[in-house]
Amino acid sequence: MDAIILQILNGLDKGGAYALIALGLTLTFGTLGVVNFAHGALFMLGAFCAVSFNKLISLEQVVLDATQKTAWGTALEIRTPYIEVWFGDIGTVLLDYSVPLSILFAIPVMLIFGVVMERGLIKHFYNRPHADQILVTFGLAIVLQEIIKHYFGANPIPQFAPDIVAGSANIGLWLGLGDSVVYPWWRLVYFAFSAIVIFGVFAFLQFTTFGMVVRAGMRDREMVSLLGINIERRFTIIFGLAAVVAGMAGAMYTPILPPDYHMGMDFLVLSFVVVVVGGMGSLGGAVAAGFLLGVLQSFASMNEIKSIIPGIDQIIIYLVAVVILLTLPRGLMGRKGVMED
Amino acid sequence: MSGSKRKFTRRTALKTGAAAGAALAAPMIFIRSAQAAYCNAPRGGSVTLGFNVPQTGAYADEGADELRAYKLAVKHLNGGGDGGMLNTFKPSVLKGNGILGKKVKFVTGDTQTKSDAARASAKRMIEKDGAVMITGGSSSGVAIAVQGLCQEAGVIFMAGLTHSNDTTGKDKRRNGFRHFFNAYMSGAALGPVLEKEYGKQRRAYHLTADYTWGWTQEESMKNTTEALGWQTSKTVKTPVGAGDFSQYITPVLNSGADVLILNHYGKDMINSLTQAVQFGLRDKQVNGKNFEIVVPLFSRLMAQGAGEAIKGILGSTNWNWSLQDAASRAFVKSFGAEYGTPPSMAAHTCYVQTLLYANACEMAGTFSPAQVVKSLEGFKFDGMGNGPTEYRASDHQCFKDVLVVRGNQNPTSQFDLLEVVEVTPRSQVEYDPAIFGGNLGPVNTKAC
Repeated sequence: MDAIILQILNGLDKGGAYALIALGLTLTFGTLGVVNFAHGALFMLGAFCAVSFNKLISLEQVVLDATQKTAWGTALEIRTPYIEVWFGDIGTVLLDYSVPLSILFAIPVMLIFGVVMERGLIKHFYNRPHADQILVTFGLAIVLQEIIKHYFGANPIPQFAPDIVAGSANIGLWLGLGDSVVYPWWRLVYFAFSAIVIFGVFAFLQFTTFGMVVRAGMRDREMVSLLGINIERRFTIIFGLAAVVAGMAGAMYTPILPPDYHMGMDFLVLSFVVVVVGGMGSLGGAVAAGFLLGVLQSFASMNEIKSIIPGIDQIIIYLVAVVILLTLPRGLMGRKGVMED
Repeated sequence: MSGSKRKFTRRTALKTGAAAGAALAAPMIFIRSAQAAYCNAPRGGSVTLGFNVPQTGAYADEGADELRAYKLAVKHLNGGGDGGMLNTFKPSVLKGNGILGKKVKFVTGDTQTKSDAARASAKRMIEKDGAVMITGGSSSGVAIAVQGLCQEAGVIFMAGLTHSNDTTGKDKRRNGFRHFFNAYMSGAALGPVLEKEYGKQRRAYHLTADYTWGWTQEESMKNTTEALGWQTSKTVKTPVGAGDFSQYITPVLNSGADVLILNHYGKDMINSLTQAVQFGLRDKQVNGKNFEIVVPLFSRLMAQGAGEAIKGILGSTNWNWSLQDAASRAFVKSFGAEYGTPPSMAAHTCYVQTLLYANACEMAGTFSPAQVVKSLEGFKFDGMGNGPTEYRASDHQCFKDVLVVRGNQNPTSQFDLLEVVEVTPRSQVEYDPAIFGGNLGPVNTKAC
């Protein structure tokens, strides 16, 4: 029982990341009809917003202490972050909360990046075949990766959760199962964060006039345009919103997985499987499939399962995708006519 | 009379011409065959070495530091800088004027921590750039693959960071040499310390990187701990570069194990250790004992990446910059002055390997692999930071003292991350080469 609860929790926080990326992918596809292979790179860029923000607020004052020497004979450098020099304890707290605060930095950066990317590149490929869109966005993803590698290096850069959520929650005690079920606080925070963002995106599309117009545009773009609504401008904003969602997901994921330039590609392939399993163009499908595949992947990693089918944890997602596409060719919640000639 | 006189006929003229031509050509033929007697025999005033390190991928941190060390070694060999370990290495015939009077040049390759990419870059350095020796590593899978290639190509391979028993065990080759210690030695050095610190009644759970190094590391640790009386609760293989290890760590919580042995290295070790600590394993009590985590192969670069999680964790290492012998101090001084940071153990082994190769060439008086192998086999030396060391002739493995270290609880600087718990003497980590099988085979000196 304990093991099952733990694997469900594992699956939910992993599924949260899959769902957030897949949600952005589906938004882009549903509104603009663009298959965006650079979406994983947007997740990675978001993670590096957290790294950049941390580097920015950790800029250090360096004082040479001539009384102490390094092993190679130079004066020892005493380093203190400026933010602590200027603000004392408040500065220390700001440093501690660097990852959640980086969201405030990531949102405008990713929004601007998303809008510029759509206006500068993606809009030229609206009426081109999906293969062209895949090639150009995949190329863009590689360019973004190489830029990040150039400036930040190839190695992962660890980011740390605030001290208050650095430990583990004793979930077993809450559920009356003893103290054998513990789970890191930050992973619970991430799951809650992804649930809030997903809910926010759905609420935005469901309960605002802007969202209503976007949904109408997703159904029948021409009709909405004929009504005198500039649907293209709204779709541009939606592309920016998708970039923001991916960026926030990436920034908050950094204490779980130290970011490196390649992390977007690692998530991209899985997220496309999630979108296809959920059903192309279905927001609900993307979210449901994200969590479903996250949980299945975690269960497949259990020793009991692996002792029956060795290596199943590496292929379970693809296996499920094959089974679902054979039985439900449009995915779990796919609509008729989407990506069908 | 006429019979006694030799008649100079057309046939005689042809014979004489052919003989004279052959005689004149002979030295050139011999020179040419001498030049082509082994692969990439240096011509002119320089010799090219090939540094094949991971510049991207899971072990890129180590790779970057290895490259720094190689460049420093080249500088010192060519007479630049303060000479570093050239001043402490003995017996040494290095003069600081290159190797055999030839200026040392180098080319680099990116192994990407992938065997196929590593072989491709090594092949390019041998075939296109004319490298007479290849060195590098940071992954045993890569090192073994490149060692095999060098054997086929007929050049010397001086392994960098590679810790699998197989490198100088079942996959050993006559043209390959390893200065770095191995998984067996880690187990042998850690055993007594684990017994002293954690006792004889323990249950260990292994998470193991699923490739040659992980397998041999797990086997060595399992043999060592079981010999102490520990039980092995479970051994689980994890894919290299898994990133999120949560699904592998959660089963540990309820396995009844009270020790987690992480047979991971580089980025994998940083992630798995950090996540194991996040899951509260170090705060746990199992079987009435504190839960402990052991990382058999440690490096300062990994410790830097893991941050607070490394504190108090036991492991082993080939060398640490805090050692106070003259050779280590000389190397740290040179490296620190050049790059502003102390060297890692990966940097140390690469620097030492380059000097050892150069010295072997000087001793042999040639770059010919056959003679260089002879110089290195059984070579005993000191003044390289590990105390008296020997390149064992039977498997080309260096034997020296091994360090058991612990993540420093109270670091005095950003580099002071490991404290040396014990210097395990060489005699305690020696073994019969037959236990790992393999065959060195003949030296390959073919032309290329």
